[in-house]
This record gives sequence, structure tokens and C-alpha cells, in this order.
Amino acid sequence: MKKINQKDYANYVNEKIPKPKIVKNCIWAFLVGGLICTFGQVITNFVIKYGLDKKAASTATPVILIFLSALLTGLGVYDKIGKRAGAGSIVPITGFANSIVSPAMEFKREGFVLGVAAKMFTVAGPVLVYGIGSSVFVGILYLLLKK
Amino acid sequence: MEYVKAFFVGGIICVIGQILMDKTKLTPAHILVAFVTCGVILTAIGIYEPIVKFGGAGATVPLPGFGYSLAKGVIEAVNKDGIIGAFTGGVQATAGGIAAATVFGYIMAVIFNPKSKK
Repeated sequence: MKKINQKDYANYVNEKIPKPKIVKNCIWAFLVGGLICTFGQVITNFVIKYGLDKKAASTATPVILIFLSALLTGLGVYDKIGKRAGAGSIVPITGFANSIVSPAMEFKREGFVLGVAAKMFTVAGPVLVYGIGSSVFVGILYLLLKK
Repeated sequence: MEYVKAFFVGGIICVIGQILMDKTKLTPAHILVAFVTCGVILTAIGIYEPIVKFGGAGATVPLPGFGYSLAKGVIEAVNKDGIIGAFTGGVQATAGGIAAATVFGYIMAVIFNPKSKK
């Protein structure tokens, strides 16, 4: 009887363990992701204040965020944030830049063409393939439906 | 208020990503691909535009926002140039981000070396 109870208890514990972790992860993701986006808004407002129109600002903001994230990845800071933040540091555009710099640094010893330049796109490549691919598909579909 | 909205919307989008990561076996790469594609589709059917209107950078900074720029660029270009626009619009609208990611990514990867993982 006691053994069965212990097993049941173990199952019970196993069921219970991941839940608080997910909640904790989500809180971190929410806070860090939210902060990065708020920072993006600060940059957008800043560049608009200094004379860019809305369209130029919507290009300048990701460019600045990408630069900062690439720099922080190089310095090893971004991955430290990422350990805690999980998706909070992956889903923003800064995570996209991080996914470019990390493998590129890692594979530098394989050379500057097949190492750095090729490995930059291990994650960014698929993102561009599906992103650009689906946008062309949407464009053609829109053209057909418009007529 | 604008900042609170950006924080909230951006946070929620990241939480969706976190739940997908914890509950499924999707890797970060799969999530990024899924989010960009979702961004394109949601923009095409008119759902993402109101989210951007409400959340500002909270909706454009996360990866679905990249999809939003792609889809919005494509639709504008199709209206202007027809079929050619379907091929040029997306990349044109996101060219700044893509070029920045390529150039800054390359420079940083060349300058810095990976920190030893503890």
C-alpha cells in the first residue's frame, strides 16, 4: 500500500512541478518582452521628435534595436538576459538579431564564408524564407481577389 | 499610456511564445518562423492592423510585426505596381531591418568571440 502511495505521490508531484515553472517563465517573458517593446516605442517617439516621418521611423526603430541587440550579443549580455527571459528575448526583433550573431560567432573558426556568413542564417534564413515566401503568396492572392 | 500599451501588447505576444515553448516541443527557430508567418497572414486578413494601431511598438517590435511589415508592404506595392509588387513589396518594406541584421550581425560576429558558457 505504502509503495503505491509513493508512486501516486510521485506522479502527483510530476504533474505539479512544471506548472509553477511555466507561470514563472511567462512572467519573465511578459516583463522582458514588454520592456523591449516599450524601449522600441521610446526609440520610435525619439526619432519622430527629431524629424523622421512615421514610415522612416518604422524602419529606424528595428535598425536601432537590431544594432543594440547584436552588440549586446557580442558582449555576451543578451544571452544572460535570455536565460531568464526565454521567449521574452526571443520573440522581439532583438531575438532575431541575437539568432544571427550567436551561431556566427560560434562557427568563426570554420572561416568567414562557410563559418560566419553561412551560420548567420541558420535561424534567420528560415524566417526570411517563410516570411518573404508567405508575403509573395499574400500579394498574388490579393491581386487575384482584387479583380 | 502609449508606453503602457506597448508594454502590455508586447508582453502578451512574448507570453504566447513562452507558452508554445514550454507546452510543445517547438524550438525557438520554429517559433520565430511561425510568428513571422502568422504576422503575414493576420495582416493579410486585417486582424493585425488594429493590434498595431492599439499597441504601437508592442505589436511591431515582436516578430509578427516583421510579418506585418512584409504583408503591408506587399499589399501597398500590389496596389501600385500590380504583379511585380507582389515580389518587390515585402522585401522593400523590410529592407532596412534585413540589411541592418546582416551588416551589424556580421560585424559583431567578427569583432567578438563567444563567451564561455558556465
